[in-house]
Amino acid sequence: MPSRRTVIRALAAGAAGALLRPYDALARAPHGATPLARAIPSSGEKLPVIGLGTWITFNVGDDPELRDESAAVMQAFFGAGGRVIDSSPMYGSSQQVVGYGLAKLGRKTEVFSADKVWIGSGDDGPAQIEESRSHWGIRRFDLLQVHNLLAWEEHLPRLLEMKAEGRLRYVGITTSEGRRHEEIEEILATRPIDFVQVSYNVLDRDVERRILPLAREQGIAVLVNRPFRQGALTREVERHPLPAFAGEIGAATWAQLLLKFIISHPAVTCVIPATTQPAHAAENVAAATGELPDEATRKRIVDHVERL
Amino acid sequence: MPEWWTYSLTDFLLFSPRTYYRLIERHNLALWPAQLAALALGALIAGLLRRPSRERGRAIAAILAVLWAWVGWAFIMARYATINWAATYFASLFAAEALLLGWLGVARADLRFGWRRDPAGLVGGAIFVGAVALYPLLAPVLERGWTQAELFGIAPDPTVLGTLGLLLLAEGSQRPRHALLAAPLVWCLLSGATLWALASPEAWIVLAAAALVPVVSRARGRPAA
Repeated sequence: MPSRRTVIRALAAGAAGALLRPYDALARAPHGATPLARAIPSSGEKLPVIGLGTWITFNVGDDPELRDESAAVMQAFFGAGGRVIDSSPMYGSSQQVVGYGLAKLGRKTEVFSADKVWIGSGDDGPAQIEESRSHWGIRRFDLLQVHNLLAWEEHLPRLLEMKAEGRLRYVGITTSEGRRHEEIEEILATRPIDFVQVSYNVLDRDVERRILPLAREQGIAVLVNRPFRQGALTREVERHPLPAFAGEIGAATWAQLLLKFIISHPAVTCVIPATTQPAHAAENVAAATGELPDEATRKRIVDHVERL
Repeated sequence: MPEWWTYSLTDFLLFSPRTYYRLIERHNLALWPAQLAALALGALIAGLLRRPSRERGRAIAAILAVLWAWVGWAFIMARYATINWAATYFASLFAAEALLLGWLGVARADLRFGWRRDPAGLVGGAIFVGAVALYPLLAPVLERGWTQAELFGIAPDPTVLGTLGLLLLAEGSQRPRHALLAAPLVWCLLSGATLWALASPEAWIVLAAAALVPVVSRARGRPAA
């Protein structure tokens, strides 16, 4: 079974002289199918289950070379069938770089734009949202989330008001690495939100106990962040051979196996891995093609990774 | 910040090592050949240290004030702020130190700098020489290439380290010296934490300076037994 590195090397070699299209081909080739999409429970609108995060990876300032590399990641991502891009005003220049990529690629209408409000006062929220929108260069956001629950009591009513006025399509909240889960549960149970964003991966499964079932019960879409623990998880597991059973579900690399584990949970709507490599972006989206692990295989994945 | 104990340094990291060091590289390329002038200023300060006097102390303080203002504006505000939203606060730190150097070191001429052989002088001299002459070598040694070299008077870390060394070489009353140590030490903690999260070996140097300088400075201030 080829490792992620082997696949990337092969991709890089194949991509020489033809920058981006090969990623599209590779992403779709293994199964010849478009990536799996799941419905947002509150609307029925379908989203590809693999999105693109921008934390750290897209914060490249005004560096023209790195901006173009980020745009290449976006092109590979869109080319493979991805749509959801997630950012935040907390992520430095990431919003501007996403906007640069969207303008360069002409994908403003195709993207499902997920951003956040991250400011301590509700009164300052609208100005920050407008600045974020202008960085993206889009007419309106598809999804706005209260970042890490910061001043959520103030922001949430305003976001819901924006949605009611047609200036926003979906409203959500976020947390990461298991923080403030009790508060998250309370909001899921009592507020009319469309999305919740949480950390979830093969080793961090706390959300399986209450938050994912509650989101499913309440009809709330789930975005998943930190699928690779900021790359630490993939770096660790890639030191070991990919287990043979990965091939049974069409996972050609560790990254695909880890993503397949996440999206096989029925409550998960979309996972948002971040990358600086176009080949990784395409490879990630390709994890949403072919088989997904059943309950027994999910347990095998957990057991295997925990033993490494 | 609720549940603050659950956060690690990497949770606050906003950019990758590649992005940060390319920022240094682009700064260097944009300013070339100002690096030669910066090295010459370092050498000039070393020469001025040979014969301590009120006027030479004033000249060194003036050079440092200009360098702190320059680095705060040209690097922290104009470049670092493009990848770190907190950089505007850091620039205030550089502006404050520049003003303080201007007031205490130039207007009041409270500082005299000179090579000394007491422990504080030896440590201060080593830090200053290291910041000017050795710190720029780290980038090529760590295989990042000369274009990513960080120089005293151009990049923040060697500028701050060089200042700490000079403050240990300063004579005169304690209060102005201690007042001038605050901003460099705060920067060392901030930059050290960032470099640590980036897994850059330079973190050890910056954090070691932040730990060592206050101890040496305090020991120096004690009356002999």
